[in-house]
Amino acid sequence: MSSFGLTNRTTNTTTITPQGAPNRRNTELVMLAFAVVIPMFAYANVGLAMDGSLPGGMLGYGLGMGGLALVAHLTMRRFAPYADPLMLPIATLLNGMGLVMIWRLDKAGPLLDSNYPAAANQLMWSGLGIGLFLGVLVLLKDHRILQRYTYISMMVALVLLAAPAFFPERKEDFGAKIWIHVGSFSLQPGEFAKIILTVFFAGYLMVKRDALALASRRFMGLYLPRGRDLGPIIVVWVISILILVFETDLGSSLLFFGLFVVMLYVATERTSWIVFGLLMSAAGAVFVASFESHVQTRVNAWLDPMAAFSPHPPDGATEQIGQSLFAFGSGGVMGTGLGEGRSWLIKFAAKSDFILGSFGEELGLAGIMAIFLLYGLLVQRGLRTAVAARDPFGKLLAVGLSSAFAIQVFVVAGGVTGLIPLTGMTMPFMAQGGSSVVANWALVAVLLKISDTARRPAPEPAPNPDAEATQIVRT
Amino acid sequence: MNKPIRRVSVFCMLLVLALMARANWLQGVKATALANDKNNKRVVFDRYAHPRGNIFLANGRPMTKSTFVNGLRFKYKQDWTDGEMYAPVTGYSSQTVGNSQIESLEDDFLSGNDDRLFFRNTLDMLTGKPKQGGSVVTTIDQKAQKAAYEALKGKKGAAVALDPTTGAVLALVSTPSYDPGKFSGQDTSAYTKYLDDPDKPMLNRALRETYPPGSTFKIVTAAAMFENHVYNNPDDRTNTPARYLLPNTQQVLPNESKFEPCTNATVLVAMEYSCNTVFAKIGDEVGKDKLAAQAEKLGFNNPKVDTPVRAAESVFPRDSDRPGTALDAIGQHNTRVTPLQMAMVASAVANNGSLMQPYMVDKEQAPDLTTISQTKPKEMSRAFSPETAQKLQTLMQGVVESPGGTGRAAQIPGVTVGGKTGTAQHGENNKDLPYAWFISYAKSGDTPKVAVAVVVESSEGDNRAGIAGGKLAAPVAKAVMEAVLGK
Repeated sequence: MSSFGLTNRTTNTTTITPQGAPNRRNTELVMLAFAVVIPMFAYANVGLAMDGSLPGGMLGYGLGMGGLALVAHLTMRRFAPYADPLMLPIATLLNGMGLVMIWRLDKAGPLLDSNYPAAANQLMWSGLGIGLFLGVLVLLKDHRILQRYTYISMMVALVLLAAPAFFPERKEDFGAKIWIHVGSFSLQPGEFAKIILTVFFAGYLMVKRDALALASRRFMGLYLPRGRDLGPIIVVWVISILILVFETDLGSSLLFFGLFVVMLYVATERTSWIVFGLLMSAAGAVFVASFESHVQTRVNAWLDPMAAFSPHPPDGATEQIGQSLFAFGSGGVMGTGLGEGRSWLIKFAAKSDFILGSFGEELGLAGIMAIFLLYGLLVQRGLRTAVAARDPFGKLLAVGLSSAFAIQVFVVAGGVTGLIPLTGMTMPFMAQGGSSVVANWALVAVLLKISDTARRPAPEPAPNPDAEATQIVRT
Repeated sequence: MNKPIRRVSVFCMLLVLALMARANWLQGVKATALANDKNNKRVVFDRYAHPRGNIFLANGRPMTKSTFVNGLRFKYKQDWTDGEMYAPVTGYSSQTVGNSQIESLEDDFLSGNDDRLFFRNTLDMLTGKPKQGGSVVTTIDQKAQKAAYEALKGKKGAAVALDPTTGAVLALVSTPSYDPGKFSGQDTSAYTKYLDDPDKPMLNRALRETYPPGSTFKIVTAAAMFENHVYNNPDDRTNTPARYLLPNTQQVLPNESKFEPCTNATVLVAMEYSCNTVFAKIGDEVGKDKLAAQAEKLGFNNPKVDTPVRAAESVFPRDSDRPGTALDAIGQHNTRVTPLQMAMVASAVANNGSLMQPYMVDKEQAPDLTTISQTKPKEMSRAFSPETAQKLQTLMQGVVESPGGTGRAAQIPGVTVGGKTGTAQHGENNKDLPYAWFISYAKSGDTPKVAVAVVVESSEGDNRAGIAGGKLAAPVAKAVMEAVLGK
């Protein structure tokens, strides 16, 4: 199936006047109302459960959330009227629920190790995130403009990725050098690099895809690329390994390499790239795991999360994963109810990387399934946009952004639930962390912009003054 | 490019599905195991998140109380009324060091998490009533417990009182004791101090410590003798020589004093004066297998005597040689008993040979005081025939009532009391200070009301000659019997 606009033109010939495709803005408004009201209820729920009264700032908070959502919606009506109707409500809901959980954990007070109020800060970052979202919608007239900045993007992304390695490591970073600290201000450049790198990949692959797809030799049933085309791929591979080694950030290197393989596959339509990519990641993983102790610790903690509780825990063992599993188990199917759980046992990361564990305990399996569905839905809407997009750059960009988002969700949620080794990344929209919230709002804005272009009806043919009345053509 | 995009889309869906499957595994399949894992601190927090149920005396007075402390992590803490007196019954329930005895065995019920309370809990949740634990009513008689505790205070020892007709534990005392309320919260210094105390206050001597029973075991030897018709009547003469050598040896077995009329004594006289020679000889004549069989019917060599708190295993050895068995038969050598075990022996004698299963949890009550479960008394074994029981009662009453009896200190005017003293030697060459024993029963009319076993670990302060069951332990038993009879 191709885009809506094309559908109208090619298959429905009963009328020549193109009907305006429904822009679904009203659907979005209704969904958005839910996305504001549900966190409000959750907020009230926490207050009632923990203090026995409705939280004081409820009205202000509700009006603030509702106001921001409304401004976003109105901007959409003006600047991206045909964009996907689900992405904004889903992002708003996830962001809102994350805020409620952070506020709830703020209230755990000294129960949570080195607890400090983070909800207000997170609210400010969410506001900034929505601001950037609006900025992208208004200023980015067409996503194809981004194509011009392909190589600048590459440079910026490399600088962002390399930056944390040159900043002094802090104790509270726990081994992963993924932050830039300037005074009290911290930035996680990897979150922005994710988007900028996708722009570069999309631009680069759009130009090179024919060379990569066609100029290849067949070997054992696989199409192998020529050496000169292989160069940039090797570069990306080496960079992701370097990130792993110098910044000890397993998550980001997994994300970047996964992202690149997916985009390469989509651009060239060659399955051989996936095989090639998997081989390269396996080689990289073995290479790094064999001498990087940080990665080994993570893998051991994944294989035996309860080892940290033994009287003689292995070096560098942390209770985090075990505590997170306890939180999920104690939540069971229905959960303890908001404000009734004890996810503060996960300690300092309960609000950030492990916020999903907090949700697992308080909302139970029911809540976790709903959250996974929301993330899944957001990713699928993004990929739907990629299918619908008419230009290859838009397709590549949409598929890259969506799959980067999907891989990040999988890597974080998989790590927290003990499905895969834990990596230091944040749950998009929900977890505490300014860079993450801001970057993901920008990501959604770009996706919406692509989707707006994709679903916008094709411009009407120039009116012909000599034209007769409309004719009906039947075939 | 749409075909690969669709494939990527399927791949992303698989990622989400994998996460969902994992969540179902964690929160559905493994949820209970994870929620109750020993390292999951929520288990302890939950135990003290609501008012914990209490453990009651038979008369309905509580031994424990749940105190609202409103801590950051713990909302409640368990406290005790007269903790030292009741600790051997209830055990402890501590936020930091865990639970023991009834507090541990009945933990689910006391903390309100028992499945049998589920329906009520759900109803309470719907009607907005706060959750509360159920309570446990024991069989402990407050007066008997207090009498035993007061009588043993300042000494090292233990006392157990049973109702012979039901097996209900009326008193269970161990001294020196500990106060579980002192370490039920976050401060464990008292716990460490108790553990380091050389007098071992945390040891439940009534249930978990075994002692050589000394002469009190002669009741068991006499039971085996009557049952196997080695001698048939209390008045039968035993042909015991004045100088008795342990079989196959040249070792002379002495009696307590030279003046005891043990030479060729009747069984009755031998029991009254507690003649070692006579019962060593009888033991040798009965033989170790029959002695062991009799002891086992009374609960020996059984590692699973549960009250419901499990008692240590009392042992009558099946592998001693002949001289060893002769010594085993008078409660020395390798015979080891718990005070509970000896109370069971006395209760079987008083209850005409029927040994009742000892128990101390009478019923479990929901927070609204409806009874959820009630313990029905049940016979543990037919230890010996009623005829044998009658003969043993004659012997034990002789010990207390006859002018030369060693147990005269336990006499209660107007009450039929039977008893047996014991002074158990122990240590290398018996040079440690002996243990003073007394076991007894009291009847009101023909109905046995109480059976008691008391052991006192004598200390350096006691005159060695004065350490006899009749002097140190019998007054304790008497006080307990009087308390039960309401005298």
